[in-house]
Amino acid sequence: MTTGTNSSRKAMGTAALLALAAVLPLAITEPSQQNFLILILMGAQMGVAWNIVGGYAGQVSLGHAVFYGIGAYSSTMLLTVLGLTPWIGALAGGLLAAVFALAMGWPCFRLKGHYFAMATIAVAEIMQILVTNSDFLEGAVGLYLPMDRSGWGWLIFLSKLPYYYVILGLLVLTVLVSWAIERSHIGYYFRAIKDEPEAARALGVSLTRYKLIALSVSAFLTAMGGSFYAQKEMFIDPGSVFAGTISIKIALIAILGGVGRLTGPVLGAVILITIEEYSRTLFGSTGSGTDMIIYAAMIILVAVFSPSGVLGLLGDLRRHLPGAKPAGGKTSAKEIRP
Amino acid sequence: MTADILIQVLVSGLLIGLIYALVAVGLTLIFGVMDIVNFAHGEFLMLGMYASFWAFALFAIDPIVALPLTALLLFAVGVIVYQTVIRRILKAPMLSQIFATFGLMILLRGLAQFFWKPDHRLIPHSLVSGNIALGPVQFGLPQFVAALGAVGVTGALWIFLHRTRLGTALEATAIDREAATLMGIDGQKMFALAWGIGAACAGLAGGLIATFFPIFPEVGSNFILIAFVVVVLGGFGSVTGAFLAGIIVGLIEVLGGFLIGPEYKTAIVLSLLLVVLLVRPRGLLGKA
Repeated sequence: MTTGTNSSRKAMGTAALLALAAVLPLAITEPSQQNFLILILMGAQMGVAWNIVGGYAGQVSLGHAVFYGIGAYSSTMLLTVLGLTPWIGALAGGLLAAVFALAMGWPCFRLKGHYFAMATIAVAEIMQILVTNSDFLEGAVGLYLPMDRSGWGWLIFLSKLPYYYVILGLLVLTVLVSWAIERSHIGYYFRAIKDEPEAARALGVSLTRYKLIALSVSAFLTAMGGSFYAQKEMFIDPGSVFAGTISIKIALIAILGGVGRLTGPVLGAVILITIEEYSRTLFGSTGSGTDMIIYAAMIILVAVFSPSGVLGLLGDLRRHLPGAKPAGGKTSAKEIRP
Repeated sequence: MTADILIQVLVSGLLIGLIYALVAVGLTLIFGVMDIVNFAHGEFLMLGMYASFWAFALFAIDPIVALPLTALLLFAVGVIVYQTVIRRILKAPMLSQIFATFGLMILLRGLAQFFWKPDHRLIPHSLVSGNIALGPVQFGLPQFVAALGAVGVTGALWIFLHRTRLGTALEATAIDREAATLMGIDGQKMFALAWGIGAACAGLAGGLIATFFPIFPEVGSNFILIAFVVVVLGGFGSVTGAFLAGIIVGLIEVLGGFLIGPEYKTAIVLSLLLVVLLVRPRGLLGKA
């Protein structure tokens, strides 16, 4: 595992990265470019949150939009109906999503692998249909955030910069939670559940309990991301927060970068959002599907050649470079195939 | 009066259910033979629909006449997908297997969107159009022909699997890969065959519904969800189960939509998926 010097080097690298992220919008002042940075941070936050259940615990959810949507709708409803600040609304949304995750995971975690993935798609689709047809939640029309408030108390801003720092903060929080899990005994149990479920069970690890922990923590953080989306866009509807495409995007970011590793989803978000934005400017609108083609091709390549994502590919490359030290033993033996 | 409406509802449920069955038999066949869930199966159906559309738009070949071509084309697509992608992930962790076919789904959707635009397309006047009236019950001729075709294809597949040497070899591979290999059956060939046939079935379903259903890049997404429900209800790997389950799902969808509201019909069918997964994960006719 990681040595002392290795981890202190990592800590320094992380600190440098964070410092860079903090001053970046001071150099990049153009609003559309700042928006691009915000989108990357949003994607990274989703991916890191998904990674907790999909990566560490190996339970592939293809329905994470359900938590994203719950977060977005909870904070927005609390704001528009009760006038509650989104600081509390986002927490409430996170808790609601976590409870929903427990209720959904309790039965669904009896299913393995692709059965579980299918069940999550089904749950998310059902939820989207229910919200679309709910009069209380304004159905397909969607919800607008009040235009007459702004500032830190309401988390509504006229410029991009404050949004940038809010989502950076949320990403840092998400990474910290993820890191804490990775380092704790819970993280070991998660990996045991993923790689050797039978052995873990034989050793007395309650699979369901730890899967539920993974899903509810992931749901909580994903919902917070949903609340942020609502604050930033100031408008939500079922199609923008509960859609299957959101679930796909959340999973893709993590898969592309590398599942089960802290930095994987961050890298995935940088790649994916960049491709998305560039193909949009190159080919116009969202209709062309070029971004989809590129990242789908990458996903397939990653699945076929390196199950540990782009991060794994980079690791393989590094190992093959002359004079390179072997990478730390993070990749499990199972992932390395001849 | 009410009885008439009920019969009408049941007939339309039966007709669409037979199509669902055809989409699902290919999915269940692939799963049965090699334990891989093809998340891109709906995209095979989408490609079948586009094949029909272009045959019609470019060469004025009617979708019904073009069916053999559609089947052949999709068979080739299935085999190519197997040879280029699936063959390499047979022994990979399940996570990689899910990602690979999931990536394939997005890739095919993206390619369709890129080349053929996201517009909804229709085939305006096919050989089969208009309505049939049987007493008080009315239904569209295209739907009827599609359902008939679905029964024919599913029946042919059943006969192939149970009455021919090649089909029996495929079944044998599904039951026990190792033993089949010992009997001299080439597993790789059987896998490729399963993907070819599975894709051809989905393509045929696409060709059959192209006469009355809008054609667009994401058309597969709805069908794949329903096909999952059918496969799970019928029991993974069981062709007969998928056939029965397709009819049941079609009936439940239409009946549920009629009783509760058409906007909820997909939600009702998906709830069925959850119920079956939880109560009887092996479905009606699946292996324990």
